[in-house]
Amino acid sequence: MQVSLGIILGAVGLIAVYFWSLYNSLVRESTQIDEAWGQIDVQLKRRADLIPNLVESVKGYAKHEKSVFTEVTHARTALMKAGTPATSAQANDMLTGALKSLFAVAEAYPQLKANENFVHLQKELSDTEDKVAYARQYYNTQLMEYNVKVKTFPNTLFVRSFGFAEKEFFKTDATDRKSVKVDLH
Amino acid sequence: MAVFVVVVVLAAYVFGQSLGYGNSWMWMAVLFSVVSSFAGYWWGDKVVLAMSGARPADRKRDFDFFTVAENMAIAAGLPKPKLFVIEDTAMNAFATGRDPAHAVVCATTGILTRLERRELEGVIAHELSHVKNFDTRLMAIVAVLVGSIAYLADLFMRSLWWGGGRKRSDNDRSNLGGILMIVGIVLAIVTPILATLIQLAISRRREYLADASSANLTRYPEGLARALAKISEDREVLEAATNATAHLYIANPFKGKQFHAWFSSLFDTHPPVAERIRLLRVM
Repeated sequence: MQVSLGIILGAVGLIAVYFWSLYNSLVRESTQIDEAWGQIDVQLKRRADLIPNLVESVKGYAKHEKSVFTEVTHARTALMKAGTPATSAQANDMLTGALKSLFAVAEAYPQLKANENFVHLQKELSDTEDKVAYARQYYNTQLMEYNVKVKTFPNTLFVRSFGFAEKEFFKTDATDRKSVKVDLH
Repeated sequence: MAVFVVVVVLAAYVFGQSLGYGNSWMWMAVLFSVVSSFAGYWWGDKVVLAMSGARPADRKRDFDFFTVAENMAIAAGLPKPKLFVIEDTAMNAFATGRDPAHAVVCATTGILTRLERRELEGVIAHELSHVKNFDTRLMAIVAVLVGSIAYLADLFMRSLWWGGGRKRSDNDRSNLGGILMIVGIVLAIVTPILATLIQLAISRRREYLADASSANLTRYPEGLARALAKISEDREVLEAATNATAHLYIANPFKGKQFHAWFSSLFDTHPPVAERIRLLRVM
């Protein structure tokens, strides 16, 4: 009688430990992911902030290239409006494409390329893109571990009642990654 | 690590028992070691920086170093470490600090000018991985254990020399006392050497781990491989490095001045560069 009671108590204890550690690790990872997303957001904002200066500096030399400027400004607005990881990823890629056109245009103006302000902005922008890339890498890595935890059995039976769900990756569909058409006329 | 601790405690026990002093020696030796290692661990970053003559990094002057360190910290999910630069044409870098919140990364001007950005990324990622894997803490603990063994062995030998205290009771005139004595002497000679070898082996393993973690962060192991190749070709010795700080650097700063024998590779703090490059390239 004592032995079977002991076994039952032991089993209950183990199950309790399982729930306890599952819940806590979900909380911890979820919070880490939210913070990682915040980091991406910071870098995206920084990127958006650098754009107006860049556009002004290029406009000083190439005022007539209106289509490129509107493309960049549109992409920037889209990025600032995007809220979720998926839409932000898409807006970010759109902005990268628009910036490619802008820099391609700048190639034709040697005085612009020599302009100190422009060079500085270009370096900063390139660095911000790197930062977005690394923040995204970290975010996606953490997210993968979290999603695996949420979706595997037996965790998947309980996570919903704990209030946790799968989260979005910061990535775009393969179809959006066609090579960008550069319009130079 | 657990085996190491057990070995230390066992050695201490044997020494203590054979001398008849009981367990108090063991605790004193360990305490001594803990205090000195703790001081090194807690303030080690300031000491090393002062010894190396480093200046804080400046975003304008050291843009690449600054931004690469920022980016790698983001990729690793660590707070940005404090950055320092050593004015020396020899190529080397190190990271120190008791935990990621108090991390310091230092690079020489030699490495900053000679490496491309992607290679520098590999090096900085390696250094940050040391911080992320808590290698400073691990090596401090290992140093405590090694130090304890060295102290114990030393105390033991000194006690023998000076004829030690004979608190043994009359009952204890059996052969056991004599056997313990012999075992004690053998251990006193062998264990400090073994302990140092274990410490160096651990150091080498952590270097491989940092290489792998670096590849995980940059997703481009070729960067670090090329950087290591460039560093190993550089014949110059880093003047600022000493024996105490050598293990922190990415490449052995005393290259070229090594004593070469078949067993000398056991005494290296770093694994051989060719092997590190080979492993990086098959990732």
